[in-house]
Amino acid sequence: MNDDDIISKMIVLHSTFTLPSDLVIRIYESKADITVKETCFGLIIEGERSVVDEVAREMRTLDPNRIFIKERGVPPGDPHRCRAGRGGGPKPGFHQHELEFPFLPYITSALEEIERGEGKGTKMTRSLPIHIETFKDIIEKEVAQSK
Amino acid sequence: MVKVFIYPSNSLILSDLIDRFGHEPLAVMREVGKKIRTAGLDSPPINITPEDPKIGLKYAAVEVPSGVRGRMALLGPLLEEAEAAVIVAEPDISFGCMGCARTNELVNFLVRTKDIPILELDYPGNEEDAKAFVHMIHDFLEGLGKGGE
Repeated sequence: MNDDDIISKMIVLHSTFTLPSDLVIRIYESKADITVKETCFGLIIEGERSVVDEVAREMRTLDPNRIFIKERGVPPGDPHRCRAGRGGGPKPGFHQHELEFPFLPYITSALEEIERGEGKGTKMTRSLPIHIETFKDIIEKEVAQSK
Repeated sequence: MVKVFIYPSNSLILSDLIDRFGHEPLAVMREVGKKIRTAGLDSPPINITPEDPKIGLKYAAVEVPSGVRGRMALLGPLLEEAEAAVIVAEPDISFGCMGCARTNELVNFLVRTKDIPILELDYPGNEEDAKAFVHMIHDFLEGLGKGGE
């Protein structure tokens, strides 16, 4: 992993007061040597790893708990991903975002809690599968009731 | 900075949280990016080189479908670099690089055979669980320290 490798990063916004255009303006102001594509979810930026990482860090500071960033394999406007050349339909990768997007407001709340120093040691309630004997009892009770 | 393997490997939330809390996420996007930017591929990342299933042989036997071995050529090097792992059990949707159930089983098995700290979680179903999800990842990553210290 070299600093001059070309990489792409997705900047996903889930904010009510920061718009992709606000981020684009900040990138233009910084005069960073990268390619920027404004999208419905935020931005895709591409350039040398060191520059892209620096810009991504700077973007995050604008709205730290509502901007989510991940590396992207394909460059912006790549013909293998772009729907214009694929006859429509969702882009590969859309489904994972569709799954995770509804959680982003909750992630924001949790990040705000962490900022305030709250919530340390909170655990998820994992629902374990029921024991086979319990399941058998349920079946027997249901069968007995239906007779 | 600790290199943290994430599963699902294309997760935005996991990748972002690990980066945000000061560690390096090991995600498949990085490997896909290398393939795409390497000259000589006809239709990346759909076409992988004939070398890739051979790399996959390191992780899966020859009778295992080439799709599994091809995916392992992407995920295997990440697993080798991993110093910790955050695993989300049975994610609802797995598409693209993560869309092969057998590869996912193999990846989960290989992560567990490594002697590294692992955090296992479920995808949250409600607000409380989603908050706890973030807190657990934060506490886990805090416990890893800065790496090498």
